[in-house]
Amino acid sequence: MTAHTTILPFRPRPERRRKLVSNGVLGMLLFVFVEVMLFAGFISAFVIIRSRAIGSVWPPPNQPRLPFEETAVNTAALIASGVLLLIAQRMHLRALAAAKAKLSRGSPASQPPPPSPLPASPGVALLLAAATLLGGTFVALQGVEWVALIREGLTLTSSTYGALFYTIIGAHALHAVVAIGVLVWAVAQLLRERLTGEAISTVALFWYFVVLVWPFLYIQVYL
Amino acid sequence: MSELAVDLTHGDAHHDDHADHGPQGWLKYLWSTDHKVIAMQYMFTGMFMALIGGFMAYVFRMQLAFPGIEVPGYFGSVSPGEYNALVTNHGTIMIFWVAMPVLLAAFGNYLIPLMVGADDMVFPKINRLSFQVFFVSTIVILASLVVEGGGFAGAWTAYPPLSADSTYNLTPLGSTLWLIGVGLEFVAFLLGGINFITTLMNSRAPGMRAFDVPIVVWMIVVASILFMLSVGPLLAGAIMLLFDQTLGTGFFNPATGGDPILWQHLFWFFGHPEVYVVLLPAMGVVIEIITTFARKKLFAYRTVIFTIVATGVLSFFVWAHHQFVAGIDPRMANIFTVTTLLISVPIAELCFIYIATLYRGSITLSTPMLWGLAFVAEFLIGGVTGIFLGAAGADIYFHDTYFVLAHFHYTFFPIAIIGTFAAFTYWFPKMFGKMMSERLGKWHFWFTIIPFNVIFIPLFVLGMGGQHRRIYNYQHFPELAGDGFQSMRIIATVALLVMLAAQFIFFYNCFRSWRAGAKASKNPWKANSLEWTTESPPPHGNWRPDRMPVVYRGPYEYSVPGREKDYWPQNEPK
Repeated sequence: MTAHTTILPFRPRPERRRKLVSNGVLGMLLFVFVEVMLFAGFISAFVIIRSRAIGSVWPPPNQPRLPFEETAVNTAALIASGVLLLIAQRMHLRALAAAKAKLSRGSPASQPPPPSPLPASPGVALLLAAATLLGGTFVALQGVEWVALIREGLTLTSSTYGALFYTIIGAHALHAVVAIGVLVWAVAQLLRERLTGEAISTVALFWYFVVLVWPFLYIQVYL
Repeated sequence: MSELAVDLTHGDAHHDDHADHGPQGWLKYLWSTDHKVIAMQYMFTGMFMALIGGFMAYVFRMQLAFPGIEVPGYFGSVSPGEYNALVTNHGTIMIFWVAMPVLLAAFGNYLIPLMVGADDMVFPKINRLSFQVFFVSTIVILASLVVEGGGFAGAWTAYPPLSADSTYNLTPLGSTLWLIGVGLEFVAFLLGGINFITTLMNSRAPGMRAFDVPIVVWMIVVASILFMLSVGPLLAGAIMLLFDQTLGTGFFNPATGGDPILWQHLFWFFGHPEVYVVLLPAMGVVIEIITTFARKKLFAYRTVIFTIVATGVLSFFVWAHHQFVAGIDPRMANIFTVTTLLISVPIAELCFIYIATLYRGSITLSTPMLWGLAFVAEFLIGGVTGIFLGAAGADIYFHDTYFVLAHFHYTFFPIAIIGTFAAFTYWFPKMFGKMMSERLGKWHFWFTIIPFNVIFIPLFVLGMGGQHRRIYNYQHFPELAGDGFQSMRIIATVALLVMLAAQFIFFYNCFRSWRAGAKASKNPWKANSLEWTTESPPPHGNWRPDRMPVVYRGPYEYSVPGREKDYWPQNEPK
């Protein structure tokens, strides 16, 4: 530090450096951090309230059990959707890189390539649509499950058990619905040959969050 | 009051005429994505809310000093319920609608792109959305004050069961709107925080390395990270509290198996890092000012950064010191005492760094410098009294007395008011292209600082004497109604009146300087960081596109031996 204060090292005229992470992905990562903390808040509330259950009986008596086995199907659908999206994302990024390489071969190196339609392979479209559909299946099955539970007498006000269930799982379902909307948007962008690598990575990151937070909720709340 | 705010925004409208693309006229201010316009929107909304919060303080201090008085300007005397609503919303507004929008959002928006040499934020539209959500939240919190039943009156910490059940708080609509307003406000700052962090990471000027970034930008970004990590649990808690209020769930109701202490944990898990969320930007501002006006290199740049990161990490492990009397396990109280005392170490370190930077500098006592030095001195009192409260043994006596209140104001007043005035007077030439009057600035400074101490030093004494907070009329308590006590309350109130009146000097100074002040040059303070290399005020896009700055060195190269000038802007190759 002392050397630094007296003689400053000479620096050549600096160049703009490559971004470590693209803007969209970084922004989404930060958002996902907040979401992780939100669900951490819910989970800690769940753990604290469960630990205070009267006579340590949890779930409370006279309340229906959550359908652990049926929800396993659900969980599988969600995880499969995440895997399909991962494959779609990798395929799309590879296609984009190949298209870019082809373009830069065609034009002089100094000039930036002209804006052009981005590749939209039917394989990627199919995978994205399948991932979206599986996500939709997850939400639909959840809906069916909720209707059954409400019939059996588990409601927001029937007990803290019910209140926690609907708040936590409902918050997750809300995220899933929003994420499915964004996935539909991504499919539309892809078909219009406008889906950039940054966009698909950003969208996918949000869906991975929805997929990956679910097993924790499933094990914590249902088991 | 509202007239004044209109005046201010109006002035702003005339001022920023240079942003001449996109929507025109007033619409521009609703839909502009320019970070400087958004910063001004945050600033003037925050200042308007500060006037409201200050007015509330005036009303309840009048009630405390002269119980039952018809408060001038308030249309009558204060009822107990109104008193509670006033203290609750004074706290809420001053923290969430003044300290955060002005220090974090306004200065974060204004300074980050300018100081890292970017033309705007990374996500300008998200930035605009952030202010729009914030604006809605402002309307919601103001509406909560005037709905049927009155504003929420369960203290700004909103502990259940008082906050959860309208049969206790008697403000069914007010408390729900309060909660929604606070929640929306958090969403607004989340959107802003994503922008701040991403902009620092990805939009730095070529050549600007991590340790070439001005400290204030680091501070704002670390504060944003703290905010984003801590706000999730509080949002979860707010959703649960909202359900308790409106849907009849029982998360915080022991009768249905809930836990009222749970809210306190979720609230303070956010609440304590929140102190550092607003503290760090103010400390960063003071570092910029001290180095500029001492003409000296910042002492231990890297240590500052490591220190604030350490502070940030520690701030997540101190929250339960707010709950020593809430029935938590005494062993846990011990742990939190230790962590709380530990966190004073990095903050004390920062104070020493200020002093070391000042040591043998050539100091100019300009208005911003006075504010900066006052920040260090006053915050020190707040920090030292915090050590008493951090120790579980002392806290059990001091809990919920005026000692806590005075300690709190000795931390937040330096942060939110002194820090804001320091930043505002320092960057005013850049923001408005005019110099402020030094003479008026110094009058304003002394008439704010001296009354501030006269308000709060008596409150320390009152607190040590056992005076509890949130009591409507101390005449109902014979042991607190004595003459000595009451005269101290009157001293505090009179000092508050002087301090509030002094703020008109500030507004007059702003207005006069903006209309008729001397024109500011690009770099009136002869400072190094990049915002001083562009016009005052900066044009849309900050620099001409072909003249975006390039960085060759850190921002604190003042009085480098062998150089003709005593400063060395970051963008000058030699």
